[in-house]
Amino acid sequence: MDKKVAIVGIGYSGFGSTTPDLSYREMIFEAATKCYQDAGGIHPQSIDSFVASSEDFMEGISIADEYVPDQLGAVLKPVHSITGDSLQGLASAMMQIKTGQQSIVAASAFSKVSNLSNHDGLVTYATDPFYIRPFNENPYFIAGLEMNRYLHETGTTREQCAKVVTKNRSNALNNPSALYGARIELEDVTEAPVLSYPLGIYDMSGHLDGSIVVLLASEERARELTDKPIWIKGIGWATDTPNLDSRIDGMGSAVYARLAAQKAYRMAGINNPFNEIDFAEIDDTFSYKELQHLEALNLCGPGEAGKLLELGCFAPDGDFPVNVSGGSLGGGYLHEANGLQRLMETVLQLRGEAGKRQLHDVETGLAFAWRGIPTATGAAVILSTRP
Amino acid sequence: MEDKIKVAGGTGLSAQDISSGKIFLTEDSLDCTYAWDTGVAVNRYLEELKKGKIIATRCRKCKRIMLPPRLFCELCFIPCPDWQYVQDSGIVNTYSICYVHWDASRIGKDEKPHLPAVIEIDGAAPGMGIMHILGEVEPQEIKIGMRVKAVWKPEAERSGSITDIKYFKPC
Repeated sequence: MDKKVAIVGIGYSGFGSTTPDLSYREMIFEAATKCYQDAGGIHPQSIDSFVASSEDFMEGISIADEYVPDQLGAVLKPVHSITGDSLQGLASAMMQIKTGQQSIVAASAFSKVSNLSNHDGLVTYATDPFYIRPFNENPYFIAGLEMNRYLHETGTTREQCAKVVTKNRSNALNNPSALYGARIELEDVTEAPVLSYPLGIYDMSGHLDGSIVVLLASEERARELTDKPIWIKGIGWATDTPNLDSRIDGMGSAVYARLAAQKAYRMAGINNPFNEIDFAEIDDTFSYKELQHLEALNLCGPGEAGKLLELGCFAPDGDFPVNVSGGSLGGGYLHEANGLQRLMETVLQLRGEAGKRQLHDVETGLAFAWRGIPTATGAAVILSTRP
Repeated sequence: MEDKIKVAGGTGLSAQDISSGKIFLTEDSLDCTYAWDTGVAVNRYLEELKKGKIIATRCRKCKRIMLPPRLFCELCFIPCPDWQYVQDSGIVNTYSICYVHWDASRIGKDEKPHLPAVIEIDGAAPGMGIMHILGEVEPQEIKIGMRVKAVWKPEAERSGSITDIKYFKPC
């Protein structure tokens, strides 16, 4: 089980608020073609196995996993789906290589959220039918509850959360694939209409359609396929209880992130993540989530993330750049493909292919994804240029 | 049937127990509708059906004339931008006779069973075609390998849907 696993190819397509020009199959075919080209032009016949991350209700088709093969070149091959964030799908693909069962495995995910009339209704449908749904609230009240408790417990301020928004949307201006880049002021965020107090409309990321395909390989095959393998050094994922009223550490902390990161750090041999990791792409579905996740990921102490943010620590030129890509707030939220989006940016940075937003001298990066409300699931991946 | 079941113990539930609120239930339904983007291939296919034609795409590598049309060959994994019309006739590859409705209720005495069938379309690659229904035929007359032809809706009634073909009938 000590086999090393590398990312040898990555491709994306779509990345628009709507994508009426392509069916989901055509969109994924485009991402897969780019990914395989990126891995030295490999033909999918040479790929051993495929893992897709999907959620039937998001796709509007039950047993969506049966609709995976064609567009990935996976017909007549081992294929399965993970109902979870795409970093959980990545973990599944990685394990197939670690066990020695397969040598080359593709992982994919996509969002066609623009095809849904009522995504909020779908999120409500994910809440408990006895305890939560009878209140008939817009589901973003859950983010309001989390944010309020997080601010209360840590002393983090509303303005510090707003600063996450201005940072990430400004970062997105240097990312051609980011949809929501903008130069906005702190007051634009704090004075925006409130959605669910203390959460305002600019504190949440906008929807995004798109598809991402990643190719993983064993060390031996990775060396044949690419000059720039990016190694998966550690991976971990965890889920808290679904009960909103009895989360293990309450609504204020992201215990799933802490546990996922602990596993990933241990596997990667990381003792002091702030010093040993150069940058991170961290879930920022909502503004407060970036700060809450930074603390849970042990990149700083409780209540410190907001202060460090104000000092410029997480800026592209800071000590620990966070979401240089613009994150979800600046790039758009890709739903089940959220994790692969965080991963893709981390890979591009480590390869030195991040264009205008390229960081200097980066060797190790962290990608962290949360599965969104009402879930308490997160997954962390440590990537490195060194095996 | 119910009188054949012996209750060994306990207290049975009745529909009234539930309707009178003796048994607690919570009901909800999903409030979401979907509008799937057809994309390039499905869109052209439906557009042509509206015109009363069946169109396929051709793979330059494996030479299959693919129906329903797709923008890429799932076996060769290359783009397939070449369009080609095929016939609206073919042979029955397989069929079934449905004696129940979608909800498993039995069809009435005078009701005709639904006749779903896979039609291998003339001009398409062997084994490729359309899943549709058969009409103007008695169930006992259907044979695998039988020749059939599309019966189209009148042009004004076509909407760009697979049901623009009403059914396939023997020919």
